[in-house]
Amino acid sequence: MSPAKTRVPAVDGWFTVDEDRPALLGSRCTSCGTYAFPKESYFCRNPECRSMEFEETELSRTGTVWSYTSAGYQPPKPYVSADPFVPFPIAAVELAAEQMVVLGQVVADVDVTELTVGAKVELVLDTLYEDDEHQYLVWKWKPVTGGGADA
Amino acid sequence: MPDDKRVAVLGAGMHPWGKWGRNFVEYGLAAAGDALDDAGIAWPDVQYVSGADTIRNGYPGFIAGATFAQALGWTGARVSSSYAACASGAQAVSNARAQILAGLCDVALVVGADTTPKGFFAPVGGDRKDDPDWLRFHLLGATNPTYFALYARRRMELFGATEADFAAVKVKNARHGLENPYARYRKEVTAEEVLASPMVADPLRLLEICATSDGGAALVLTSMEFARRHAGTDDLVTIDAVSTVTPRFPQTVIEMPYVSTDSGVTIATPGPTFKQSVALAAYEEAGIGPEDVDLAEVYDLSSALELDWYEDIGLCKEGEAERLLRDGDTAVGGRVPVNPSGGLSCFGEAIPAQAIAQVCELVWQLRGQATGRQVEGAKVGITANQGLFGHGSSVIVSR
Repeated sequence: MSPAKTRVPAVDGWFTVDEDRPALLGSRCTSCGTYAFPKESYFCRNPECRSMEFEETELSRTGTVWSYTSAGYQPPKPYVSADPFVPFPIAAVELAAEQMVVLGQVVADVDVTELTVGAKVELVLDTLYEDDEHQYLVWKWKPVTGGGADA
Repeated sequence: MPDDKRVAVLGAGMHPWGKWGRNFVEYGLAAAGDALDDAGIAWPDVQYVSGADTIRNGYPGFIAGATFAQALGWTGARVSSSYAACASGAQAVSNARAQILAGLCDVALVVGADTTPKGFFAPVGGDRKDDPDWLRFHLLGATNPTYFALYARRRMELFGATEADFAAVKVKNARHGLENPYARYRKEVTAEEVLASPMVADPLRLLEICATSDGGAALVLTSMEFARRHAGTDDLVTIDAVSTVTPRFPQTVIEMPYVSTDSGVTIATPGPTFKQSVALAAYEEAGIGPEDVDLAEVYDLSSALELDWYEDIGLCKEGEAERLLRDGDTAVGGRVPVNPSGGLSCFGEAIPAQAIAQVCELVWQLRGQATGRQVEGAKVGITANQGLFGHGSSVIVSR
C-alpha cells in the first residue's frame, strides 16, 4: 500500500468515513419514521405517508447474517476487479433496530465456509479498488469474534 | 368462467432458443408467423400488436411492438410496447387481454424476442450513480446469481435443503427438455456432473444457473366469441388470469437489484411475500386454487429457486418443497409436474420472450401436443415469473 494514496469513498454520502467506527448513512422520515438505505430525499416508501422530509441517520453498525454467498467469477463492469480476480464472500445482513437487510461484501480474509445464518457481523471500511492516487472505500461486513461489539 | 373475464389462445409459436447471434426481430418474426399459422389467422386481420421490449438491442427493442409490426408489414393495427424486466412478456399478454376484454379489439398478437450478450447480465452502460442496478455491480460486484444464491443458502439453513436437492432439480429439468424442439440445451445431465461443475455463487454451480439466450415467442389472443366462430368449437384453451402485481411495502426480502430491503419498522410486514402474492392474485382472478393445477411453468433462474416457487405458488407448504421433489411429484408423470418444457434450465433466459414462452408451453400441454414431455390429461396450468425492480407475473391457462 502506497502511503501517498488518499482514501476516499467509492460513493458519496452512503457511509461515514470513520476508519474505526464507520456507519452506513440512511434516512429516516421525519413524519412516519421509516428508514431507508441508501438515503431517500424526495419520497417516503411508506404508501401511507406523503412526507418529503427526511433526516440523515447512522444505521446500526452490527447485525446478523440473513444469508450469504460468494462471487466465484469476476463480476462484469462497472465492478472494478483486482487482477487476477480473487473470489470474495457476500452477506445479506439483518439490522435489528431498522428491521432491514443490507448487502455487503465480507472482508477478504473470511472464507464463505466460515459464515452461518444468524452470525453476528460488524461494519468496516475496506478498499474496493484503487488508482494511482486514490483508494476507493466501501463498507464491508466482518464477523464479530468474541462478542464484545457495540451496536 | 364468463366470456368477459377470459380470452382464447388461438395460436402459439416460438423460435428455438440458442445463441444464434442474429437480430432479435428475426426471432420475433418467426415466432409470430408460427403463432398466426397455428391460429389460422392472416396478419392483416390482427387488430392489436403487443410487443415485449428488450433493452439490449437499441431503439428498435424499446418499441418492440412497432418493430415487429413494421417487420410483418404496416397494416394500421394498433400497437403497444411493454417493459417489465423478466415479466415484460406477461405484461404484453396483459395489455392485449385488456384490449380484448374491453371490447376494443377481437384479435391481438403478442410478441417478444431477444438477442443477448454472453455471460452475466451487466447493467446498461455509462457512469450512472443514480441507478440501483449500476450501483450493485459497482459497489458490491453483486450479480444476479448472488441473489439466487442468497435464497438457496437460506433454504439450506432453514429447511435442510442439500446441494443434492438442487442438483436433482437440474437433472429433472434436463430430462424434461430432451425432446423439446425449442429448448437450447437438450442433453441429459447427472447429479455428479452438476456437483462437479464450477461454483459460481456458493452454493450454486454453473449447471444450476440459467444461461442468457436468444429466442422469440408469440401468441394470438382473441375474444371468446371470435374464437368460437373462427374455430367452430367450444373446446378452447383460454387465459383465465394474468397477474402483474407490485410488491407491498414493506418488501423485507432482499431483491434484485437493490442493496437493501425496505424497513419494517413503521408497518407490519404483510402476510404473503412478493412471490407468493404474484401467484395468489392470479388464483383469485381465476377463481381457483393450487389444488386445481395440473402443471406449472416457473422461473428457475437457479435450480434452488424452482423449490422456492413450489411453495410460493402453493403446491406445498413452506419447507416442504424438497419432499415434493424427492417424491417425484414435480417430474413429468408425477402429481403436479413443474417445468415440463425443461424450464430456464434448458432454455436460458431470453427476457422479453420468456413469460410468453411459458404460456406457449401450457397451451401445447393443454392441447396434448407436448411430444416427449406431455403431462397426461392436463386441464389447468399456471406460470410464475419474477424479475428486477419489483416485477413478477403469473398467468393461468385452462382448457
